[in-house]
Amino acid sequence: MSDLFDYAPAPESRSVVEVKPEYGMFVDGAFTASAEDGIVTVNPATEEPLSRVPVADAEAVDRAMAAARRAYDTVWGPMPPAERGKYLFRISRLLQERSRELAVLESLDNGKPIRETRDVDIPLVAQHFFYHAGWADKLEWAGVGPAPRPLGVAAQIIPWNFPLLMLAWKVAPALATGNTVVLKPAETTPLTALAFAAICQEADLPPGVVNIVTGAGETGRLLADHPDADKVAFTGSTEVGREIARTVAGTRKRLTLELGGKGANLVYDDAAIDQAVEGIVSGIFFNQGHVCCAGSRLLVQESVAEEVLDKLRGRIERLRVGDPLDKNTDVGAINSAEQLRRIQELVDVGGEEGAERWTASCVLPERGYWFPPTVFTGVTQAHRVAREEVFGPVLSVLTFRTPDEAITKANNTPYGLSAGVWTEKGSRMLWTAQRLRAGVVWSNTFNKFDAASPFGGYKESGYGREGGRHGLEAYLDA
Amino acid sequence: MREPETAPRRLSVRKTYKLYVGGAFPRSESARSYPVSDVSGAHLANAAQASRKDVRDAVVSARSAVAGWSARTGYNRGQILYRVAEMMEGRRDQFVSEVAASAGESPQEAGDTVSAAIDRWVHYAGWADKLTQVLGNPNEVAGPYYNQSAPEPVGVVGVVAPPEDPLLGLVSVLAPVITAGNTCVVVASERAPLPAVTLAEVLATSDLPGGVVNVLTGRAGELLAPLASHADVDALDLTGATTGGREEAVELERAAASTLTRVLRPGATPTDWHAAPGVARLRRFVETKTVWHPIGV
Repeated sequence: MSDLFDYAPAPESRSVVEVKPEYGMFVDGAFTASAEDGIVTVNPATEEPLSRVPVADAEAVDRAMAAARRAYDTVWGPMPPAERGKYLFRISRLLQERSRELAVLESLDNGKPIRETRDVDIPLVAQHFFYHAGWADKLEWAGVGPAPRPLGVAAQIIPWNFPLLMLAWKVAPALATGNTVVLKPAETTPLTALAFAAICQEADLPPGVVNIVTGAGETGRLLADHPDADKVAFTGSTEVGREIARTVAGTRKRLTLELGGKGANLVYDDAAIDQAVEGIVSGIFFNQGHVCCAGSRLLVQESVAEEVLDKLRGRIERLRVGDPLDKNTDVGAINSAEQLRRIQELVDVGGEEGAERWTASCVLPERGYWFPPTVFTGVTQAHRVAREEVFGPVLSVLTFRTPDEAITKANNTPYGLSAGVWTEKGSRMLWTAQRLRAGVVWSNTFNKFDAASPFGGYKESGYGREGGRHGLEAYLDA
Repeated sequence: MREPETAPRRLSVRKTYKLYVGGAFPRSESARSYPVSDVSGAHLANAAQASRKDVRDAVVSARSAVAGWSARTGYNRGQILYRVAEMMEGRRDQFVSEVAASAGESPQEAGDTVSAAIDRWVHYAGWADKLTQVLGNPNEVAGPYYNQSAPEPVGVVGVVAPPEDPLLGLVSVLAPVITAGNTCVVVASERAPLPAVTLAEVLATSDLPGGVVNVLTGRAGELLAPLASHADVDALDLTGATTGGREEAVELERAAASTLTRVLRPGATPTDWHAAPGVARLRRFVETKTVWHPIGV
């Protein structure tokens, strides 16, 4: 099969983006000098160092928070809402104009395929700013109350799996509702956030409205604990989410958390099998499985399990794993050596616990962080690969006989972020969607996102929604 | 011989105040009770003093009632909430005397309070079948998808009733929770628990399924910590958790963080329970579920 589908390499040119050897942070409208002992961010596909960014200490975080407060009090808060909206529209346009450059930069820094950054991430980023821009002067119609007011300064911490998209999810609604922000990108993927800072400059956004501080966990902690933050927004692991919830307890700070997931993808026997297989693949192999809402547990009805698995293995064999900048690549690099170790550990445990492992026969590049698409069958609900978030291209397959059994198994997790349903029968789809304890249910599709669609979890997947009318609530006092 | 004039013609039957768990009225498993006084310190009655084990039993009972209650139609939930108002009206004299004694209100004031509590049930009865329309909507996504967001109950809610307002405060925090389809464990006012037990008797005879509301009386200091840290509690209303000072609510919120339990913090200023309630409390105890489906033929 692989001979039949042999493609010539089709790499995207790197020349559209210039990566400087070092960057500073973005505070009060200006880039600070970079520090010599900063963090080096590498290209996970080659392990080549890309650039260096500073680590924000308490003093730097203080400075950024003070800039955000000043901008809130003097410029952004008093500004007529329609004018605020126009800045966001401007930013959205600039993002579209520079979309090629941003897509390449994101793929370089994160390791995800250019096909995804170009066709999914960056268009959604621009849409988030465009969508929220339009809310700025219509907030009294958002249904949160007659006279909603901004909260003030938002401290925002985002992960490495969708660096620029997660920035957009945090920054666009915060600015549209009249707040100012201090945002910390993940330590392994800071570059597109700093490119975004340059776009804020180009849009003439008033200094201090958006501040980007770089660093790792300690910087994030300083930000979330900062006494002058009115709002903390975090996307990341459930463990860190718990810690933030504990430190925010008893303060006046508002909190939203987007945490882990262990999404179930339910395939009933009447599903359109070929479409379901495509949905299973995009559910778990999109973005190398570095997706909190990934469909990492496949629940397939016993009578069609064999057929589904045969087709699934055939489809996975045809996934192209490799150079993220190649336009034909489906699965890119694992974001970091640390994440690769974590995936490896859970996969080893899966084997030790008796699940049967199947791995695509793809050839992996010699350098960089790679993990082949992997499927575990014979998985039970007690297995760690069925309970814990792997956050990698690893699918666990369980079976069920009745719809009730499917629901019980799907809901048997402390998480509740996403789920999928595959059936051609409308009444069965609605019955299932009603019973799944998850914030997003994709029926006959998977991993679809839109600025207008609220996203967020039940149970230990966190609280609050991002996107849509519901997402505005997180940044408004009403 | 004739009987002494002071002997009553009939000895009154005093009421034993008990817990309300799973639709039944058990004593505390700890077999304890505690004396309840009116505002002047005169003894009114003994109330059951619930234990940590009673908290756990109440959570189990609330959990088992979630599936049935949340699956009812909004119309049916509204009917039952209205029935609660009807049953309270029928027993208003008892409520008036209990509120007057325990909150130190004049008969006139207590009457107003009871009327407001009854009217609050009527208010929420009308919300039950409108919540989805008000809090949910289709989403205008950029593609051929049906995309719909709707509120769903969060599940089991731990409710700390406002201690200073044992009836109207209690109804104001309890009604929105169950209107949205949640079930709950309520810790009644420690000092004035009697109206809560009488309300439980009303709920028990209002077609409300057993376990939807569970009422515990006892020492807040003993009951709130296990309720807040219970892993099977999905959300907490800490409005009433300020008796022991602000630190109490902070401790409870911190305990709730371990299982990412949703928390409604006590307000910075005391709530005016006579004011119109708005929609904020309803919104706090629902999750938004968004369903996508492709459009095509």
